[in-house]
Amino acid sequence: MTKLQLITKGLVKDNPTFVLLLGMCPTLATTTSAVNGLSMGLATLFVLVLSNMAISAVAPYTPDKVHIPVYIVVIATFVTVLQFLMQAFTPGIYATLGLFIPLIVVNCIVLGRAEAFANKHGVIESACDGIGVGLGFTASLTVLGLVREILGSGSAFGWKFITGDGMLAFVMAPGAFLCLGYLMVLFNKFFKKD
Amino acid sequence: MSMQSNLKNMAIVLSTVCLVCSAILGGVYALTAAPIADTNAKLLKDSIGAVLPEGGELSGALSLEVGGQPSEYYTLTIDGEVAAYAVKSTVGGFGGPLVLMVGITSDGIVYNTSVLSHTETPGLGAKCTTDEKFISQWRGFNPSEKVLKVKKDNGDVDAITASTITSRAYTLAVENAINAINTIKGGQNND
Repeated sequence: MTKLQLITKGLVKDNPTFVLLLGMCPTLATTTSAVNGLSMGLATLFVLVLSNMAISAVAPYTPDKVHIPVYIVVIATFVTVLQFLMQAFTPGIYATLGLFIPLIVVNCIVLGRAEAFANKHGVIESACDGIGVGLGFTASLTVLGLVREILGSGSAFGWKFITGDGMLAFVMAPGAFLCLGYLMVLFNKFFKKD
Repeated sequence: MSMQSNLKNMAIVLSTVCLVCSAILGGVYALTAAPIADTNAKLLKDSIGAVLPEGGELSGALSLEVGGQPSEYYTLTIDGEVAAYAVKSTVGGFGGPLVLMVGITSDGIVYNTSVLSHTETPGLGAKCTTDEKFISQWRGFNPSEKVLKVKKDNGDVDAITASTITSRAYTLAVENAINAINTIKGGQNND
């Protein structure tokens, strides 16, 4: 598999949200607007790429019985680094997403890629895989956030095109499930090739 | 390919990984501690500036009790007299603590309010930072003429749509701030 294929695979065929259904907690909780979804996706992308690279580097030296603790320590380190950086340089986004950033540690996408890919491949391939899956996650969260924002608040990327409120249910949890379900149906109708 | 899982190997690998990770975290913390402090100080300064009239001289942080909890306030002195107070007021919101900066003029009228931090639901309670109709009603809010309760509780405060709990918490935070300042002013008058 070429490096480009590794990247595009995460976007469509192995899309973490619509195909693999991984990382549902941040998906449902943070996609109240397109910007929130985009920010959460990029935060996960950052952690995913770095942790994939670090884990592929340490995997050959890690005894099997302690591989999960080692991976979690590595992932938690990058998440905390990200948290410091966001607090310092993007306080606005941190104020909105702050609660969900530490939860990236237990996001099954990150640990899932470490287990399924990074510990068996080289550093460069693992980085490409991280970029692909991260971009797939970012794109899915942005689309889901955009749909919920349009329906729920009558705005897109913060630009409001109706006066008053939208259908508030779509901003809340039930709307998240509904939108996710319908988007999943559409995604699989167009991209699934069996 | 991977190493044998004996006690020695596991201990060495785990300790090494933890050591390296701690070192990275320590380094990043040292690098970002100053910018984080700057950002927080700037946020605080901006929020005080937003809730007080322009001009005059701002005091440093002074301590007081707001709603039974220790908090801090700042005074704005214009022409030698205290013209306004900015009070930090914390209450429990819908999702967690809701921290407001409330500006109150010396005649007891709310000058403006601003949210320092919150964990309200995005798109609902979080609108307390963006909903202009909700925010603007606090400018010039006179607690001696209006009732500091949301309309659902027979008061005069317009709640945010579908966010009564956040609106109640916000109202309580303002009320606590006003009471705290009244206590301070009462204390001064008795001297």
